[in-house]
Amino acid sequence: MPHRIEIGLKSHIRDALGEKLKRRIRDDLNLEVKSVNTISVYTIDADLSPEQLEMVANGPFSDPITQMYAIDRPLAQSFDWLIEVGFRPGVTDNVGKTAREAIELRLGVQLKDQERVYTSTQYLIKGNLERPGVEKICNGLLVNPLVQRFEIIPRHLWNGRRGLEPTVPRVKIDQKIQVEEIGLQITDRALLKLSHDRVLALSLPEFKAIQAYFKKDSVIRERGEFGLGGKITDVELEALAQTWSEHCKHKIFNGLIEYTDERGEAEVIDSLFNTYIKGATETIRGKKGGEDLCLSVFDDNAGVIKFNDSYSLVFKVETHNTPCALDPYGGALTGIVGVNRDPFGTGKGAKLIFNVDTFCFAPPHYSKPLPPRLFHPKRVYEGVREGVEHGGNKSGIPTINGCVVFDDRYAGKPLVYCGTGGIMPSKIRGEPSHIKSPLPGDLIVMTGGRIGKDGIHGATFSSEELHEESPTTAVQIGDPITQKKMTEFLLKARDLGLYHSITDNGAGGLSSSVGEMARHIGCRLELEKAPLKYAGLNPWEILLSEAQERMTLAVASSEIEPFLQLAEKMDVEATVLGTFTDTGKLHVLYGGRTVGYLDMDFLHAGLPKMRLKATWKSKGFQEPQLPMDEDLTETLQGMLSRFNICSKESIIRQYDHEVQAGSVVKPLVGKENDGPSDAAVIRPILDSYEGVVVSNGICPRYSDIDTYHMMACAIDEAIRNNVAVGGRIDRMVGLDNFCWPDPIQSEKTPDGEYKLAQLVRANKALYDFTTAFGVPCISGKDSMKNDYLIGKTKISIPPTVLFSAMGKIDDARKAVTMDAKRPGDLVYILGETLNELGGSEYYAMRGYIGNNVPKVDAEKAKELYRRLNKATEEGLIASCHDCSDGGLGVALAETAFAGMLGMEIDLGKVPAAGVDRDDLLLFSETQSRFIVTISPDKKKAFEKAFEGIAYGLVGEVTLASVFKTTGLSGREIIRADIRDLKEAWKRPLGT
Amino acid sequence: MVPRKQRVKAIVLYGYGINCETEMAHGCRLAEADVVDIVHMNEILQGEVTLDQYHLLNLPGGFLDGDDLGAAKAAANRLRYARVGARGERFQDQLLRFIKEGKLIFGGCNGFQLMVKLGLIPAFDGSYDTQQVTLTFNDSGRFEDRWVYLKIDEKSPCIFTRGIKGVYLPVRHGEGKFIPGGEEIRKKLKQRNLIVAQYSDPSFTHEVMDYPLNPNGSIDAVAGICDESGRLFGMMPHPEAYLHFTNHPRWTREDLPEEGMGLAFFRNAVEYIREELL
Repeated sequence: MPHRIEIGLKSHIRDALGEKLKRRIRDDLNLEVKSVNTISVYTIDADLSPEQLEMVANGPFSDPITQMYAIDRPLAQSFDWLIEVGFRPGVTDNVGKTAREAIELRLGVQLKDQERVYTSTQYLIKGNLERPGVEKICNGLLVNPLVQRFEIIPRHLWNGRRGLEPTVPRVKIDQKIQVEEIGLQITDRALLKLSHDRVLALSLPEFKAIQAYFKKDSVIRERGEFGLGGKITDVELEALAQTWSEHCKHKIFNGLIEYTDERGEAEVIDSLFNTYIKGATETIRGKKGGEDLCLSVFDDNAGVIKFNDSYSLVFKVETHNTPCALDPYGGALTGIVGVNRDPFGTGKGAKLIFNVDTFCFAPPHYSKPLPPRLFHPKRVYEGVREGVEHGGNKSGIPTINGCVVFDDRYAGKPLVYCGTGGIMPSKIRGEPSHIKSPLPGDLIVMTGGRIGKDGIHGATFSSEELHEESPTTAVQIGDPITQKKMTEFLLKARDLGLYHSITDNGAGGLSSSVGEMARHIGCRLELEKAPLKYAGLNPWEILLSEAQERMTLAVASSEIEPFLQLAEKMDVEATVLGTFTDTGKLHVLYGGRTVGYLDMDFLHAGLPKMRLKATWKSKGFQEPQLPMDEDLTETLQGMLSRFNICSKESIIRQYDHEVQAGSVVKPLVGKENDGPSDAAVIRPILDSYEGVVVSNGICPRYSDIDTYHMMACAIDEAIRNNVAVGGRIDRMVGLDNFCWPDPIQSEKTPDGEYKLAQLVRANKALYDFTTAFGVPCISGKDSMKNDYLIGKTKISIPPTVLFSAMGKIDDARKAVTMDAKRPGDLVYILGETLNELGGSEYYAMRGYIGNNVPKVDAEKAKELYRRLNKATEEGLIASCHDCSDGGLGVALAETAFAGMLGMEIDLGKVPAAGVDRDDLLLFSETQSRFIVTISPDKKKAFEKAFEGIAYGLVGEVTLASVFKTTGLSGREIIRADIRDLKEAWKRPLGT
Repeated sequence: MVPRKQRVKAIVLYGYGINCETEMAHGCRLAEADVVDIVHMNEILQGEVTLDQYHLLNLPGGFLDGDDLGAAKAAANRLRYARVGARGERFQDQLLRFIKEGKLIFGGCNGFQLMVKLGLIPAFDGSYDTQQVTLTFNDSGRFEDRWVYLKIDEKSPCIFTRGIKGVYLPVRHGEGKFIPGGEEIRKKLKQRNLIVAQYSDPSFTHEVMDYPLNPNGSIDAVAGICDESGRLFGMMPHPEAYLHFTNHPRWTREDLPEEGMGLAFFRNAVEYIREELL
């Protein structure tokens, strides 16, 4: 019989979590309640005696100082409404798993496999609420019905002696384990129906390629030898569909595109990826010759570069957009722990040293009606923030850099970019660490978590827009501790030379990890050996499951004993699932019977190329004619309070950004530890001064005008942020992460040709500007279906690229932060300001888009960055801050209030061309500019260092805490206390 | 280097969610401990390594077992009932022997939570296995990474804080609110100067109850405590996070010595071992 143990706080102990929830009920739902109290519930589905239950309840389950417990009786006494929230069957319950282990340790027993612990939380609410209000709290805040269940009990229906009966969300699967065989010689319409019904996301030409393959004589003969007939098995079909998914094969980036520009000139591009991204990196590497840093680009889970003679760096950024739309918390948690496995599974495996995260949301105060299946943007924001917090903090990896972008259109699909960097010795046991390959005869070993139905069809489903029937199995919750235990074990195994190759299980699960690893050799995979979370999975589900926290390895049979022993010692599950072969086949078995047999060549290269059309036409917005305010103090405050500009301290504080103790430039800097840092610097090797510099650039607003310039600006922003703190441009690499709305012309997407042209233009800019700057992309990713489509409502995100930069600073002690340092320091602007407010935050505030989008002059910019690198190296710079959203006005104010010092600025001294208004000068977003302060005694050396570059000495740092600006007419246009400016900047999202 | 006859040996535990082991070991090395080993918890529980070989046991920060049952709760349960090897002694007995031999234990953040929940501190009446105080959710209800000023009780018997008046260090926790198990214990902690570190104003003159200087609402602004011997010490802030001046959040605007303020804790421990235990 199952039991319930309830844990509550003693009456004199403050319920901090309950209070926090009360605040969120007020702030997010506009409901007032008197109080909220929380009770933790453990439902124990195991045969325990009353004495044993007592030992557990007053042992590991409760704190003797603050908590009380009750066994098989309720603690809840006084409330108006009781809500209990628990998980649905099969959802990862990390606390339940730890609780089960704690029972075993406490009692010295081993529970049976099906004996589990399930957790739930009770919320006791006091207040004058009617049932609809309580339901609003559940649906709007506490419960995601995809992963959780809940019960509401009003006080008058409460039985204070019996309480709630235990609910056991055990997984029950009634299906008979089977392998389905599917005839492919059916009508086109039936094929498309099959694709839709099974969430295969396969197109007709792709089905035709599969049909043709299965008709080949050699294929029929070989399959026949293993007892397979002319039909395709579900194992094979699912493996093909996921391997060929947009998510895995990047069909749009590799397609054949006919692009027509505005003048009607057409060209054919064979693969955007090869032409522009890989092409640019090859060009740069060729030019750099001996200075080339790249070691492994685009062909592993992450890019690898040289850090110094002894170490290599690894970096990767991924997105997890659709899972975050369906379950913000779980989606973001698996997003971060998922991308951790990329650098971890790169080369022979890297130690993880930093996380980065960038989010794109609709504004938190969004008040338009929400279409079905969408969460309110505030809830997405909080859920995603918390998911990344738990994933990053619990993994012991510092979150050092990031950004949040707000735009109404992200209500349809939030973008959640998670990235991770790692470090590895450049050689391991004498072999280069970035090279690996399995050998025929090696064993296929899976380590870490077990397989369940979680995440099945994640790869194919993220290749579609969010629709009514988007599968809920795609939602999962990560388990950072299981993953951490596994990574510790594998790093040890790596150093002992216990495996030949490693890769992660992400999208597509074993099908992808084993399929990729065995690509050039072949494999024999025995699915019945895979450890399962619960019985009842069909072979194709085992193959496709995207259950988290798993790595796949190639282990020589001579090393398997020590490998498995070490795993056991470190409490990590490791299982042999088959062997790598030299057959060139993906051979899948279940219970000794062949259930899948495909040529590796066909699986990986049989996909027909997509043919697409792209047509560019500029939208040609007008420049607005704005009335001009005489005093711009309020305007500046308004700009500082924009969601895209204001402080993100409340998010940053909740991320551990210092663990591993290499932190040099933190995300928050300045006199009161609250100024906005441009980039992060860490020392990954604690007894060295060499630093890694990490930054990002993202400017989707410019996409409304021209994605070519959006891309150029994103690259420039990432590089200049990096250079601002001291990152060397000649030791810098980039990552590109494209998030696009569906760019394929169809009934659903009548403007597909335009959106694809936007993609082409962004890629052209990526080529032009990475080559001009000499900053090669080493890895990247694309996510191409960021639309919401239910009924007639379609919301498409603005085309968005996150460009991440990783640079190097030779001596981290020379890093520079953005806060003004001393009164009397001189304020300079580096770079010329043009009339470039198209897509600017200032125009957005005034309700316009405009047309003069900022354009990057890479040659000028590169020269400026080199000079700034040198000046930083020579110690000439006191503070340096990049100008981006909000232009000079915002950057100057931030520099001043981060240093808690005043400033006197004369706009007449700003180097500019074609800008004749104070507001335009202050808020233009011309790229490649910095605000720099220097000590007056460095004036001569500084000006010499920037000879020939557009710069202006625009003012001085003052002790008086006043920010004063004189306009072009010589009149004062801004006068504000820096504390008021800081307050305006800190208020919107809190601290 | 001239080989010393007797060597200061430090052990740093890791595994099951601990995540500050590298910097903790770095602190011990910079403080010139002669041997610093980072050892997986299971290497001890399986009998491959014993605490007996060491003088200083470091319990670093992290999220032991995800802090799933409350900070360090599941880990305390694991260690309390574990046996070393299949049929060996209780781990608890090995630990008590370590303490009885006059050796040192430091727990930072999650390690402090672990010490408290195992009952290692304050351990009044010499009972090193009974929990007498606790650490629970911050009043803010959230995890926070922020730097705090700590006033050190110079009259405390704590060995780790000798010669330190005040120190600036980061906290990075969600469950750091200190609550004593009753007035009696609270009084004894004060009377016997066991409240080693308190959240304070920037000049280290008085303790502070207001957020954010007191980041979690700890009773009596307690940030760290020791046992009556002063050899067992735990605190929420991270000394191992400030070993070098570039760790300081304002190093680009203040004149700071090369060595971070956190290193003194490790130096004190190593010095004591060299003088008293070798």
